[in-house]
Amino acid sequence: MTHPIRGKTAVVGIGTFGCGEAPGWSSIELMCQSAVLALADAGIPLHEVDGVFAATATHAFPTMSVAEYLGVKPRYFDGTNVGGSSFEQHMLNAALALDAGLCNVALICYGSNQRTASGKLVPLSEPQPFETPYKPRMPMNAYALAASRHMHQYGTTREQLAEVAVAARAWANLNPEAFMHGKPLSVADVMKSRLISDPLTVLDCCLVTDGGAACVMVRADRAKDCAQTPAYLLGAAGANWHRTISMMPDLTVTACAESGPRAFAMAGMTQADVDLVMLYDAFTINPILFLEDLGFCPKGEGGRFVSGGRIAPGGELAVNTNGGGLSCVHPGMYGMYLIVEAVRQLRGQAGARQVKDCDVALLNGNGGTLSSQITALLGTAATL
Amino acid sequence: MTDIVGGPEAQFRAFLKQGRFMIQRSRSTGKHVYYPRVAVPGSGETDLEWVPAAGTGTVYATTTNRTREGNTNLAIIELDEGPRMMSRVEGVPAETVKIGQRVKARIAVEDAAEIILFEVLA
Repeated sequence: MTHPIRGKTAVVGIGTFGCGEAPGWSSIELMCQSAVLALADAGIPLHEVDGVFAATATHAFPTMSVAEYLGVKPRYFDGTNVGGSSFEQHMLNAALALDAGLCNVALICYGSNQRTASGKLVPLSEPQPFETPYKPRMPMNAYALAASRHMHQYGTTREQLAEVAVAARAWANLNPEAFMHGKPLSVADVMKSRLISDPLTVLDCCLVTDGGAACVMVRADRAKDCAQTPAYLLGAAGANWHRTISMMPDLTVTACAESGPRAFAMAGMTQADVDLVMLYDAFTINPILFLEDLGFCPKGEGGRFVSGGRIAPGGELAVNTNGGGLSCVHPGMYGMYLIVEAVRQLRGQAGARQVKDCDVALLNGNGGTLSSQITALLGTAATL
Repeated sequence: MTDIVGGPEAQFRAFLKQGRFMIQRSRSTGKHVYYPRVAVPGSGETDLEWVPAAGTGTVYATTTNRTREGNTNLAIIELDEGPRMMSRVEGVPAETVKIGQRVKARIAVEDAAEIILFEVLA
């Protein structure tokens, strides 16, 4: 039986602005400039926006800030903050609100000027009373601990982690908008780069960039008449098992082992239907864990699965074709860019990195320290 | 206990100040709980009492922070009672700490607060 919200809504506009370095731009400016571009892309006038969804690391009340800045008066708004996975959750919540008629045009947006403003990842987290006294360097240490456990339990190697960074860079070199475009990277380069939190080197960690991004969603009946080819939301689901890394039930199993199957069930699809996989790659261990937990390979096999260029251009599975958080853009909460790249690929607008016959994209947003996982499936009209 | 005011976290820290590493245990299920809470996570029993922790455990995950100031360990320790906790293993070079190593707790003072650190058991 078809799930009641499968294919009922679609992303019809996307916009990015200031990705990489945006000196002199504030977070709200980056966010709202992206929103304006996303609306222009959709061919929908600003005054029609009546649903606002936003999350940043710097705004206490992001939906209020966006509504005021753009001068819109939303009748539905949601500032759910589950870290970098917020925007996948916003997509699901927007689909529910649109389908219920609580709003007609949903704007989802994000912006951060962390690179030019501070030069480092801006943490949005309050101190954790049972972790902070040990002076962890978060989020990096959390992912290093998970990697240490995966290596211990499954024999995953530093070379296999490096393969993830190398594949991301190879994709970035096909994407002129990627921050690391034009800078080739080899496994040997990663292996000899500086260890900062064993087993992770600086090149196992995501970029610190600026950037804004936004998308616009409407109901499927209107999507057909928009300026761009719609990307329909086929399924989405979230799962959250912990907040702090020391309370994660098993450091080798993330909650997308639960959100993935639920998202697939909603879409009525399996891994074999997926043409593009967009995974939140804050660190090289992430895609390894997520490919396992989402069922693209057995548990423990992720390291071997990503080896030999399997997820790089020309490989068997297209993963993170924009270059990912590792090599394209990472302003702190990268999840919005998973949506942007998936939509570009589904529209056939990805240029040199275009995945052939791309009809189904899987997105997996990650928030906190492997804490919140939101899986979503987007598809072209052919999948309806 | 009667002289300790506040919730489970304050009680835990007050014990630490007295030099005691105490953890919670559910009277009905025998399940141990760390960090201190008002109910057993997941099942909700509220019959938690304080018991002394054995102080022994096993390294579950480990990393080394490499900075200009030197290398420091960060680890997740699985206590013999079952729960896990974040801590550091000290007394050996940080990068030599291995998953599976047996460790023992000690109470240290850092930044004017008591914390639990671990040392490798011979």
